[in-house]
Amino acid sequence: MENKIVQPVITAESLTKKFGHFTATDAITFQVKKGEIFGFLGANGAGKTTAIRMLCGLLMPTSGNASVAGFDVFTQTEEIKKNIGYMSQKFSLYEDLTVKENIRFYGGIYGLSNSGLKEKTEILLSKLKLKNEARHLVKSLPLGWKQKLAFSVALIHEPAIVFLDEPTGGVDPITRRQFWEMIYEAAYCGTTVFVTTHYMDEAEYCDRVSIMVSGKIAVMGTPDALKKGFSVKTMNEVFLKLAR
Amino acid sequence: MIEVREISKRYVDILALNKISFTVDKGELFGIIGPDGAGKTTLFRILATLLLPDDGSARVNDWDVIKQYKKIRKNIGYMPGRFSLYQDLSVQENLEFFASIFHTSIKNNYENIQTIYEQIAPFKNRKAGALSGGMKQKLALCCALVHNPEVLFLDEPTTGVDAVSRQEFWESLIELKNKGMTILVSTPYMDEASLCDRVALMQTGRIMEINAPEAIIQKFSKKLWAIKADNTYHLLKDLQSFQHIDTCFPFGENIHVTLLHGEADMNDLRKYLQEKQHQELTITTILPVIEDCFMDLMTEDILH
Repeated sequence: MENKIVQPVITAESLTKKFGHFTATDAITFQVKKGEIFGFLGANGAGKTTAIRMLCGLLMPTSGNASVAGFDVFTQTEEIKKNIGYMSQKFSLYEDLTVKENIRFYGGIYGLSNSGLKEKTEILLSKLKLKNEARHLVKSLPLGWKQKLAFSVALIHEPAIVFLDEPTGGVDPITRRQFWEMIYEAAYCGTTVFVTTHYMDEAEYCDRVSIMVSGKIAVMGTPDALKKGFSVKTMNEVFLKLAR
Repeated sequence: MIEVREISKRYVDILALNKISFTVDKGELFGIIGPDGAGKTTLFRILATLLLPDDGSARVNDWDVIKQYKKIRKNIGYMPGRFSLYQDLSVQENLEFFASIFHTSIKNNYENIQTIYEQIAPFKNRKAGALSGGMKQKLALCCALVHNPEVLFLDEPTTGVDAVSRQEFWESLIELKNKGMTILVSTPYMDEASLCDRVALMQTGRIMEINAPEAIIQKFSKKLWAIKADNTYHLLKDLQSFQHIDTCFPFGENIHVTLLHGEADMNDLRKYLQEKQHQELTITTILPVIEDCFMDLMTEDILH
């Protein structure tokens, strides 16, 4: 991927959010390139969720600047929402709808045409090998399948960026790896992936990672560079050195 | 201390536990390792006397989980998977509440909770709902310990908790174990297995293996390699289409690989990867970790 055009799809400059006297996100500055897998790490309470909510157009920043997929986080939040995908372990699919109904629901929300929706549904079901389960309720699927389906649904409108908030929590180790293969594939096809995780081995799968400590980005770089910088062998050690 | 015999539990069309048996000795730190859907929570709820098994029997501290549930409830500490404290009460109030339920006081068993309590003491007037994930779990552990139980049941105490808080939490568990506490703890994080005396590896209601973590690793019979190149995704794709590949799984910066005929296929693989022009290619023989063993057992399971 040497020839990838270096074109930022997310830029944040001194992006800040205060709740009363508490600064949850404290002047963070970074850029994410097209097709990059960017790991957004940090301890519980470091300010990750607040930052993600601002970048997704769900929370108005207190100060600073940021643009996502070319849209401003202060003034163009609706455009941002149309141009990003989002999934997390806590919120993804509707358990009481079938696999097909979920696809139709999200496709509809993101404005796919009827024919586009039909085509996407077919592609998606066959790719995930879920054809026989199309009419099953989502709650009857194993967690790993749900997460893979949720990821595909988050990409149904071919967004420029997909935000993944702890997508693999509790998933078995083989499915977790299949899930990451889907992430690699999406990035290879040009989708920018912005991902949080508590599995430090997954931090190694990212092109670059940032680690937040007390509202600030403490370090940012490729996993290799960070490990070299701290003279350690794993991202887990980098994380422990920083956050402890 | 804990004795589980052929326990089964079915929820309508899902067999959550399928004839589970194991024992935990006094003073042992025993881990139930497995992903969501393995049956961990069902097992904990049966042992904490909150759910009846369909079949089989279990004893905790030599009391039967069905006939002597009241005795068990008084003598165990149970930390459920979902944060179960009162979010609207402060740290201090939660502790006092749980102490009073067990007719004791924080003071009575302070020694038990001291090292953990000191870590959350700076926030003692904060509402439990306003604590960070790691702090919540420490408070929940304190509440489970406040009546000086003989056995601790901890259902996924470190799920969703960051790496630093996880490490601190495990340090507390090892300290409790060293004081003689019997601990049954479940986790989806495979790397935590090595901190237990023994572990049961669970998947879809079954125990695939019970042993000391070192013994599980020793049993791994295949030759394992860690392979690295500049582009992991391309490397993975190429490895997957190699003729003699057995398994290949991303592992941090490497891909862990086993081959159908072990060492005999290695020369072919080297040639194949060179033809594919991978840069900065390194191939190293390595020892497995628990996660390798777990995936190996899962793959065997699927084949049967």
